[in-house]
Amino acid sequence: MIAMAPVFCIIVPLAAAFASVVRPLPRPLVGLAILVVLGLTGMTVAEVWQQGAHRIPVGGWQAPLGIALVVDGLSGALLATTALVMTAVLLAALPEFADRDRETRKGWAFWPLAFLVWAALNAAFLSGDLFNIYVSLEFLTLATLALVSLEETAEALEAAMRYALFALFGSLAYLLGVVLLYAAHGTLDIALLSQADLQGTNSIVAAALITTGLAAKTALFPFHAWLPPAHAGAPAPASAMLSGLVPKAPFFVLIRFWFDVAPDLPGEAALQFIGTLGAAAIVYGSVLAMRQTQLKRLVAYSTVAQLGYLFLIFPLAGGDGLSQVWSAGAWTGATFHAVSHALAKAAMFLAAGLVVHAAGHDRVSAMNGLTQSMPMTAFAFGLASVTIMGLPPSGGFVAKYLLLTAAFSSGQFIWAAVIVAGGVLAAGYVFRPLSRTFFHGHVQTVAVPRRQQAVPLTLAALALLLGIVSSAPYAFLQTGRPIAAEEGLE
Amino acid sequence: MSGVDTGTIFALTGAVLIGIGVYGLLVRGHMLRRLIAFNVMSSGIFLMFGATGARGPAAAPDPVPQALIITGLVVALAATALVVALLLRYAQITGRAALSEDMPGEDDPA
Amino acid sequence: MIESVFDILLCALIVGVALAAVLGPRLFSSVVFFIVYGLFLSVAWTHLGAFDVALAEAAIGAGLTGVLLVAAVSRLDRLGVKEPAPAPPVARVTSALAAGGLSGALVLALWSLDPDGTGLAPVVEANLHASGVRNPVTAVLLNFRAYDTLIESVVLLVALVGVWSIADERHWGGEPGLRQHARPDGVLATFGRLLPPLGLLVGVYIVWTGTDDPGGAFQGGTILAAVWLLLAMAGLSDAPAITRRRLRLAVIAGPGVFLAVAAAGAVGGGFLVLPTEYAKPLIQEIEAGLALSIAATLALLVLGPPQRGPR
Repeated sequence: MIAMAPVFCIIVPLAAAFASVVRPLPRPLVGLAILVVLGLTGMTVAEVWQQGAHRIPVGGWQAPLGIALVVDGLSGALLATTALVMTAVLLAALPEFADRDRETRKGWAFWPLAFLVWAALNAAFLSGDLFNIYVSLEFLTLATLALVSLEETAEALEAAMRYALFALFGSLAYLLGVVLLYAAHGTLDIALLSQADLQGTNSIVAAALITTGLAAKTALFPFHAWLPPAHAGAPAPASAMLSGLVPKAPFFVLIRFWFDVAPDLPGEAALQFIGTLGAAAIVYGSVLAMRQTQLKRLVAYSTVAQLGYLFLIFPLAGGDGLSQVWSAGAWTGATFHAVSHALAKAAMFLAAGLVVHAAGHDRVSAMNGLTQSMPMTAFAFGLASVTIMGLPPSGGFVAKYLLLTAAFSSGQFIWAAVIVAGGVLAAGYVFRPLSRTFFHGHVQTVAVPRRQQAVPLTLAALALLLGIVSSAPYAFLQTGRPIAAEEGLE
Repeated sequence: MSGVDTGTIFALTGAVLIGIGVYGLLVRGHMLRRLIAFNVMSSGIFLMFGATGARGPAAAPDPVPQALIITGLVVALAATALVVALLLRYAQITGRAALSEDMPGEDDPA
Repeated sequence: MIESVFDILLCALIVGVALAAVLGPRLFSSVVFFIVYGLFLSVAWTHLGAFDVALAEAAIGAGLTGVLLVAAVSRLDRLGVKEPAPAPPVARVTSALAAGGLSGALVLALWSLDPDGTGLAPVVEANLHASGVRNPVTAVLLNFRAYDTLIESVVLLVALVGVWSIADERHWGGEPGLRQHARPDGVLATFGRLLPPLGLLVGVYIVWTGTDDPGGAFQGGTILAAVWLLLAMAGLSDAPAITRRRLRLAVIAGPGVFLAVAAAGAVGGGFLVLPTEYAKPLIQEIEAGLALSIAATLALLVLGPPQRGPR
């Protein structure tokens, strides 16, 4: 039964979503659903911790005929991150969306969509089959698309349509790559494909399509244009999911593809090219974040920059580097970054949502005097900023430290320079809102209860905690890592 | 070219259809036209998927791509329906059917 | 030789119609070409021996997507939406080069494949006896890869929640779509009275026969959706308000039954495991639930968000 915990991490949110379609769940039931999925996620993590990585053949059919779910350190860590962020998101959404006398459009739609996003993320993180991943990612895309458009302004609708264009094109490019791989190797299973001999024109075209499609869905520069308006235009709890969690799903698939399916395929030039796009995202996203006059836009552009770090995994840990000692550090650094950014960015968006709600407008000046009026929220924003900047002792620091060490060990000093510059730039864009919290004259139109302010603070504290107790998550992430796990641990 | 069988011909046709779809997605500003292009591209992918499963001497085509294509068709319809609804609501509010970057010379919404 | 002449002619037709759909100057004719394109593709699938796909392409690809697009064009016309200016020549040339480059790369990728194929047909054939059904495509959809199909049925539900979520706040609780007014003695009303019984019969038959022959919940459900749409468009049967409990139960019934079967298996130790001796009744139960939900969901997707009421 415990072995089935990961499966129920998909089943229970789906069931909660179906029930919420019929009728919005009363608060105690929402709480129960959250607790159950948290518990199941905890069991999944404990299982991986004790038993190591394993596969669950769905329907009892072994690959290549059936679909396998893969439960390892990486998927366990992302499941846990998703559970923590979704718990915070749903708690933060209760005051805005729950328990109205009359059913409203937003009050009805938010709950099924949020539970569906949770189920879709877990499905994507557990899947070990390339076509099943396509279906899971489409599931995720459509649910998030509806969340982006929830405010129904012309701006939000346009942001949703632009997002749809990038995301749907990205899915098709990915699917096309998968079709080519199936045509050549007759399987969609990640483990079986990793044993196949992936080379030649077919594999290169397939890999290029899969990478392009997933990069478009992850909003890697230059496919980033859809992200800031989409993430900033949604209600704050939705923004927290969209910015913290959703881009991690296509990125996760990219890691599965490059490190599990085709570790030997990429040439040095391709890896450096992807790294360059990541670096461009860091610089470009940060500079634009500095120039924003609206708080939520600023936080959204920061996501464009922070997602750039993830792509440094390719030049630092991929290709020939895979067999080197620094590979494990770089790989874990990037995945660590994915987790700590999820917690910190969700905290930041939830805090920003409270600030905007209290001030009644979305300009950066909404932060004025926040240390006086809403000290908990000011502190939450500050703590989250520590992780975003990569300062010790945060999870963001550990991630960037690992990436930096790998860059030095491998002699790729240019990436080290980018990582350091990215931290300085991040300090630049969080300085403006943070410094304003010490100003006088905050105009607070609505009082925000402490209970609500505690939610982002807890998430931000977790992001920090990840840095303090980093050795356990570091070891956990390595569980079941396919290649060169042993050499890198020293 | 005597070895060119039905499966190969249709797979190559799929490749051409994908190109046509991508071209439409890139140059047509009207969202409904982009949706048509999206659907042409996806059916090109399905044709390639099904036709590569029907190459060679085997009499019956591979049932796995067939099942996955049916799944893909349903997913494409779901996506199309959602984007159509977004578009109609957007057009109702703004009177436009294209993104602002595809309508040069007009003001941004909101 | 005659065979490949037919193939090449059909492919040329498909490519020509696709070009007309994508490049056509008038939006409405583009949509019409797109529907014709779907029908030609359906012929192609029949020719390739993929009868299940042929049915699905005709019903879903050409039929329902076509209705959706036609309705959208007429709605945009009524709103008086302008066409954006065509892309500048430079953009057209570079886009054509990019698209052509992609097609070229795909042709090269196809050329490098082993000509004898490496599919899973033999594995499916070898396990078909344990699947509970005789149609190999249904075996893949509802047993070997049932998990894909479960998520796919959820994707339809997601789309419907999304479509409803962009309703005008004032109309929340109203009926989907606009009120249809067909003349009671008009062609549509006549069709609306004559076709539904036939359509209902064909739809249910296609769902039922899917276990052993081409067909199944998706193709049959689409036909049932078309029946309901025809009734709605002929003004003979109005869709219920979107807040109605029974309507909402209908759209979650299929994925709900599917999920319940999956969860029951997981409690017994195997997620989505269908024991061979019960596989056929279980698949039929799932298909019946799915057909109901697919029919309701697809029709509601085409009708769109509530645009009137609530009364």
